[in-house]
Amino acid sequence: MRTTFTERFVDLAVNAFLWGFRILIVLMIVLGTFFTIRAGKYSGEQWIDFFVFGVSQGAIYALIALGYTMVYGILRMINFAHGDIFMTGAFGGYFMAIWLNSTGFIDRNPILGLLIPILFAMLLAASIAMLVERVAYRPLRNAPRLVPLIAAIGASFFIEYAFRGFFGPGKYAYPPIRVLEGNWDILGINILKVQVVVAIAAFIMMAILYSIVMYTKMGKAMRAVSESKDNAALMGIDVNRIIVSTFALGAAMAGAAGVLFALVYRQIDFFMGFTPGVKAFTAAVLGGIGNIPGAMVGGLLLGIFESVGPSLFLEGLGITRAYQLKDVIAYTMLVMILLFRPQGILGERISKQKA
Amino acid sequence: MKRLLSLISLLVLASMVLAACGAGAPAYECTDSLGCVTIGPDEPVHVAYWGVLSGADGTLGEDSKRGVEIAIDDMGGKFHDHDILLTTEDALCTPEGGATAASKLAADTSIVALIGSSCSDETVGGIAAITNAGLTTISPSNTRPALSDPNRGPDYAGYLRTAHSDAFQGKAVAEFAYNVLGARKAATIHDGSAYAEALQQVFADNFAALGGEIVAQEAVAKDATDMRPVLTSIAASAPEFLYYPVFVAAGGYITAQVREIAGLEDVKIAGSDGIFTPDFVEAAGANVQGMYLSSPDFSAFPEGYAAFVEKHNAKYSEAPLSIFHAHAYDATGIVFAALEKVAVIQDDGTIYVPRKALRDAIYATKDYKGITGSLSCSASGDCGAPVIAVYEIVNSDPASWNPQDAANPNPKKVYP
Repeated sequence: MRTTFTERFVDLAVNAFLWGFRILIVLMIVLGTFFTIRAGKYSGEQWIDFFVFGVSQGAIYALIALGYTMVYGILRMINFAHGDIFMTGAFGGYFMAIWLNSTGFIDRNPILGLLIPILFAMLLAASIAMLVERVAYRPLRNAPRLVPLIAAIGASFFIEYAFRGFFGPGKYAYPPIRVLEGNWDILGINILKVQVVVAIAAFIMMAILYSIVMYTKMGKAMRAVSESKDNAALMGIDVNRIIVSTFALGAAMAGAAGVLFALVYRQIDFFMGFTPGVKAFTAAVLGGIGNIPGAMVGGLLLGIFESVGPSLFLEGLGITRAYQLKDVIAYTMLVMILLFRPQGILGERISKQKA
Repeated sequence: MKRLLSLISLLVLASMVLAACGAGAPAYECTDSLGCVTIGPDEPVHVAYWGVLSGADGTLGEDSKRGVEIAIDDMGGKFHDHDILLTTEDALCTPEGGATAASKLAADTSIVALIGSSCSDETVGGIAAITNAGLTTISPSNTRPALSDPNRGPDYAGYLRTAHSDAFQGKAVAEFAYNVLGARKAATIHDGSAYAEALQQVFADNFAALGGEIVAQEAVAKDATDMRPVLTSIAASAPEFLYYPVFVAAGGYITAQVREIAGLEDVKIAGSDGIFTPDFVEAAGANVQGMYLSSPDFSAFPEGYAAFVEKHNAKYSEAPLSIFHAHAYDATGIVFAALEKVAVIQDDGTIYVPRKALRDAIYATKDYKGITGSLSCSASGDCGAPVIAVYEIVNSDPASWNPQDAANPNPKKVYP
């Protein structure tokens, strides 16, 4: 097809702009890093601290991102209520922990005292997600793609303000868990116990989820439905059941993430799901939406860059109060990924039938 | 049926003509440059409150709203035999929320005057709409110094406040940190809000003027949750005093995480009036023990304040939620005192309120006997009596919160 001169010119200009933008960002990162390290404000231990904070935050993002990516993989739909499912998990875990704490159970059995709120939160989050799927998404399964998206936003508001109605707009403080206070000395590095536990718990959860998807019958069915709903149904797979279990699995991960979040940051409120939800969505896109290991990698990278980035890239450029720009780093990463590698870090090639 | 209807309408018309003739007196002619509010014989006197009523900082606005309600109760709920109607609008503690709430209220021509807003950000966003509608608002809790600066611009013509300016609050905290605690190196964190950004700067300027050193001035996003990186960054410059005059959410996260950072285990921490509420203690957890908070000095309030607290606790069956209830009570009192001076009351009960005259009368307030002190309004809108104290939180149980308690206060006043 012949193109006119103006069209070619516009093409060229857009390309030149995009390349200029890429070069500018890379230059900023390199220069910022160089000057920060030359200034030598932070000790090696502090850099490790930044990194560890990033890993524990990133592990939580990754857990939430899994739910986005699994639902997208199966339904090609962004479940914007997922951040609020995360919030319901945090509330469930909170009330369970408060009750266990008041009976003194947590002090007697610290490990069970951690596990029971997490399991309860997973159960609660999964049931709420299944309810939302049944009420808000299933009737719209064959509607145009924008319709379930809007329904998801509606469900998000509904959950938020239902919780606000029940529990009020205030903040709740998660009870302190005594065994998690203080530091561990690991290879000569002081790391907060709670960070280690949260990161390990998140990795165990992700490993469990990955093996469910890869090595069980249900996981196989999920992958089949994700390839093609109609063909899977012809092969005798109950598509509705698989979709519901996908929602439940993703929500259970988010529910656990909610309790881990409450353990690290110690306060919860009805609106807490919004920002982590958006960040986790960013992480899912970073890793390649629809791809489960991608969501894990994306979440970890996002957490680490958010924590290390302001000090490493921005302070060297003479930007003061760099931590106010934490979100800028997160979303710049998103823009960069969409420019350099639109399918995401581990992304699948978008085939015709899926696009 | 049709005949009956026309008969009735004829009767109604006739009675209206008769009533108009019966009034006799010449109708009031409004000559005010901003127009008049007309309140019919059976209509209420309509005032509005705008401020934050939801979210983490909801108690800040709720507390002030209660001050307004008690002030109206104290007038018997009536102004010259007209009921007083109070409308409230949630301004969300953001500039956008303030703009929305203000435009909504400005469109209502029955409103006489406003009390609000809660957060300085809300005023920054909404004041133009209020001033341009010819209305006047008195804020009980905005403290950003620039809001009552002589050069604040024409948009602020309809803005006054009974709260103190942070020019006083930041200075008091700096003096406390330098003279009482003996700190020489201080760091600050703000959340980008009009309130926190200005207050930490006032503190920093005063602390430096006293001879101290400001080693770091950091900022976080208002909805940030992970404060450990920014605190680690601050720890690299080893401050002795850390001041974060932010709001409840960010303040709670910083306080809960600060002790975990190597180098900040023993740093003295302080906040200000934005987190002077039991909600903050609940959010922050055990680390609040020994934290310092600045706020208006309750013990310097005149005698009327004790009676107010009694009425408050009886009406809402709990202690005040925050600190600006008394300022809201006084703001309401000033509005109605000015209204008393300028309102034109007809024999049939109709009230005309000339808007510009009302605004001028509020600015002319002099030696008003309020429960926060004897208040006089300056030409740039400052009506407050700024007496600041620094309090120390002595108990991390939010249920023990009662700074007004005589025997066992928490937080406890430590300066001056």
